[in-house]
Amino acid sequence: MDKYLEMIRIRFLMMLAYRTNYYTGILIYSINIGAYYFLWSAIYGNKEQIVGLSVTQMTTYVAVSWMARAFYFNNLDREMALEIMEGKVAVELIRPYNYLGMKVMQGLGEGIFRLFFFSAPGLIIVYFVFPVKFTWDLSVWGLFAISILLSFFINTELNLLTGITTFFIYNNSGLIRAKRVVIDLFSGLLLPISFFPGWAQAVMKYLPFQGISYFPSMIVTKGFSQAQAIDAITQQFVWVILLFFPIQILWSLAKKQLIIQGG
Amino acid sequence: MNNVIEVNNLRKEFKAYSSRTGLKGAFRDLLTRNYKIVPAVNDINFSVKKGEMVGYIGENGAGKSTTIKMLTGILTPSSGEIVVNGMNPHKEREKFVQTIGVVFGQRSQLWWDIAVQESFRLLKKVYKVSDEDYNSHMSHVIHTLDIEPLLDKPVRKLSLGQRMRCELAAALIHNPPLLFLDEPTIGLDVLVKLKIREFLKEINEKYQTTILLTTHDLTDIEALCERVIMLDEGKVIYDGALKNLQEKWGEGKEIQFQFLEHVELSAVHSLTSEIPVKWDLDEKEQIFTATLEDNDEVISQVIAKLVAAIKIKDIKINETSTEEIIRNIYEKGAV
Repeated sequence: MDKYLEMIRIRFLMMLAYRTNYYTGILIYSINIGAYYFLWSAIYGNKEQIVGLSVTQMTTYVAVSWMARAFYFNNLDREMALEIMEGKVAVELIRPYNYLGMKVMQGLGEGIFRLFFFSAPGLIIVYFVFPVKFTWDLSVWGLFAISILLSFFINTELNLLTGITTFFIYNNSGLIRAKRVVIDLFSGLLLPISFFPGWAQAVMKYLPFQGISYFPSMIVTKGFSQAQAIDAITQQFVWVILLFFPIQILWSLAKKQLIIQGG
Repeated sequence: MNNVIEVNNLRKEFKAYSSRTGLKGAFRDLLTRNYKIVPAVNDINFSVKKGEMVGYIGENGAGKSTTIKMLTGILTPSSGEIVVNGMNPHKEREKFVQTIGVVFGQRSQLWWDIAVQESFRLLKKVYKVSDEDYNSHMSHVIHTLDIEPLLDKPVRKLSLGQRMRCELAAALIHNPPLLFLDEPTIGLDVLVKLKIREFLKEINEKYQTTILLTTHDLTDIEALCERVIMLDEGKVIYDGALKNLQEKWGEGKEIQFQFLEHVELSAVHSLTSEIPVKWDLDEKEQIFTATLEDNDEVISQVIAKLVAAIKIKDIKINETSTEEIIRNIYEKGAV
């Protein structure tokens, strides 16, 4: 376990090695939140509520979902694809650790780093600039914490799945981009799921995506009651377990037909 | 029983796709693709004893790297059997890699963006090396490879030679009994090469570390290995002492002459007509090369004849170099 914790630390160091990335990241997130705030206030106009969310709740939703994204989002699929295409995966396989487990830890290290040095200061700025309203109910934040941890796992598992496909189709950058758009849209980051037409909502109940962004954001904006929140977390948990199996199967297939590219 | 590596009928096949020509061909390739099965490693057998340093040589694409990757558990063999350190590398990968060290000359195993010592620290945790073992062993390694001043620099700022020394140190953090080196001296200058060779010799003596080395630089092999395994098109064509190779294939000696005056090739031919010798002339440099058997009598005769007749600027007597021997073998494709 020691080695996995050490990996988190290394990832911290790597994030700190590129400070510009860090600062521009904060800027991009603030611009995004600002853009969505103005977009939504235009859409709301004089209306008090749309589909049960007030404009303040909506702004909070946007702010929280972008900040949560900083935690669960990672580029593990792209990193894996690169490592496989350049043959660096060979080096990973000569080390006594589980390659996928290590990747998850790297993602987690990155996530924790962004949560503390990026989301937390970001949320404070947002709190003063935009009319967002946070609850001070600790149980809500507790549920939120569990929920974004599970979002991280769902999203990371999807990334690993996409990453492993590089073993079979050597250039999967198209797939990676498609996956990212699908997740941004269907996870409720761009638009809360309750805004989707009824049939789409019905379909999405059977997909893992809403567990990535919609659930945690709804929990913190109090769009969900406590019972709904616990139900949502259970669903997330089920997805974390369900997604584990195809990864294991694909990974064992991938190892058998691995070709190290470039000598 | 002391075999560290045992390889039986090892085989690895790859699918090689070939594209059809033209636009029509490209469209057909969308549906079905032509491929043939190419054996990269073709039923090889060998074993390595503890404490040996073995050179694994062959042309580009002969299957050296593929073999190393199977021996280290990265690739799954298509068929055949491998036992390394008493384990099946692919089946028990995580446990197995704990007992080996690997350096790939063409890829870095250090983390690019962070300081070398941070990489070391992570690897120390990864291999579960205790503080005492690490301190006693690594301080020696760091000192011998002279990388002390590099430890706090990020890897991307190191030169190739500096990085290579750090790579080697990184591969030895857990003091493995078996070391695989895949072209460790590629692109390095003479001084760094010498330092690395010295170091490898030292750890081999000190810890009885078994070393399997692939390289294209035969001076590495000459300096380090008593035994070579030679590979051609996926097959082992020679496995034995380097010395035997030299004795068997080192066809006699070469004498190079440069003369003060202009001499025709036919003139030297007629001078040495009764001695069994073959002459070559390098037109540009005006160097005459005589190839003859390794016999002191004959060599003295040739020199005597020429010195008596023509004024000489320079003479050199060469033994056939390993490089030439290897080249000969590759050209003939068999030993």
